Amino acid sequence: MVTEKENLDVFVWRGLAETGRFERYEVPAQDSQTILDVVSWIQQNLDATLAYRFACRVGMCGSCAMMVNGEPRWTCRTHVRKVLRGNQLKIAPLRNLPVIRDLATDMDPFFDKWVAAEGHHHPTRTRDDAIEALDPQSPERRAANAGIECINCAVCYAACDTVANNPDFLGPAALQRAWTVHNDARDGDQPAILEAVSGKGGCHNCHSQGSCAQYCPNDLNPMTAIAGLKRASVKSFFKRER
Amino acid sequence: MIRPHRTHPLWLAYFLHRLSGLVLALFLPLHFYVISLALTQPERLDGFLRWTEMPVVKLAEVGLVFLLAVHIFGGLRLMALEFLPWSGRQKTLAASALAVSFFVSLTFFLRAV
Amino acid sequence: MLDARLYMLQRITALIMAPLALGHIAVMIYAIQGGLSAAEILSRTQGSLFWFAFYGLFVLAVSVHGAIGLRVIIYETFGMRALLLNGLSWIIGAIFLLTGMRAVLAVTLS
Repeated sequence: MVTEKENLDVFVWRGLAETGRFERYEVPAQDSQTILDVVSWIQQNLDATLAYRFACRVGMCGSCAMMVNGEPRWTCRTHVRKVLRGNQLKIAPLRNLPVIRDLATDMDPFFDKWVAAEGHHHPTRTRDDAIEALDPQSPERRAANAGIECINCAVCYAACDTVANNPDFLGPAALQRAWTVHNDARDGDQPAILEAVSGKGGCHNCHSQGSCAQYCPNDLNPMTAIAGLKRASVKSFFKRER
Repeated sequence: MIRPHRTHPLWLAYFLHRLSGLVLALFLPLHFYVISLALTQPERLDGFLRWTEMPVVKLAEVGLVFLLAVHIFGGLRLMALEFLPWSGRQKTLAASALAVSFFVSLTFFLRAV
Repeated sequence: MLDARLYMLQRITALIMAPLALGHIAVMIYAIQGGLSAAEILSRTQGSLFWFAFYGLFVLAVSVHGAIGLRVIIYETFGMRALLLNGLSWIIGAIFLLTGMRAVLAVTLS
């Protein structure tokens, strides 16, 4: 039941960050249509050279995030109906990341910061040791659990003005992962994590704007995790002083 | 300035905190200068204080009291968020900080007129 | 451009100032009625060790707090390099401290 006037007015970023521009496409509207459906329809029917990134289409892999009408979204799970303004969609590559071409961004800085924040496991046991028993009800485990559903989509990173204004800032996702690992009873190097998040791009630069929590597609709250890191770093500072 | 991703309460609370901090910082040296007139030229200080009786200046003073209050209470909210082990209801707390600041500056206004 | 050390200074000065600033507002609300005069202000503050300590500490804390706050705003707005930024922060802090202490002395010296 697609009629002529039910075409969507879609403006898609084409080209590089400096020299690119928005190009207009008409895309037939459909029921339960997602932003990724719209982008894919353009690529399959109008211009096969359109560069964009996706994999799972079901909100698991975290590779399809883009700016939609100025807001970062996971496009595979964002319904057109929810974000349509008038009859228009403006689709751009994720903010705060270098643009490779069209809608594809270079995610390297995002993952480099993930590593720089020590957001990885620091093992304490070998394969010969028994598996460590964890209490799922302990406060530390609960704090760790709060962040483990992160899919690395970089929506929070694109939403964050502190990242935009301070290129060194590690960003919400990397810091949330650092907080998660910090709270994991199996992790063996909490001082290294606090050290890594206390530099000039560290957690202390966060202004608690909360855009990360506002836009996280999995309803996580990196702002709270970063507050936890700040608290832990202050605590360890006074412990060292004694 | 207010782009789509910024139209939520906590971003606006951040902006108010930054704006009030900036204005207060720019106002402070002026404030200090006028106060130090008490030492050097008391008659000029009295002249200045008479100037502040003008309604426009009074309103500006109320504005400054509001900015100071909103920076205090907004700042207390941020420190509670960072140092107390809970984090829910941040939007309510931000709105409360704003409400208390309005109340404080209104009290100042009513005493001033 | 806030490392852990500057962050701690910013929060400690904020905690010091919270009661002082609230006290300052209370004084303002009390004193503003009927207008201000130099004589009225001086009669309250001159020779008072309490007001000297109150506003002296306030000025000290606000100099640190304001300098760090402006440093962050300057960095996030203009992206200044570290050396220049550090120099500027110290200068801003010194201006606050000097003009502020001069004002405190002006109203508390008898």
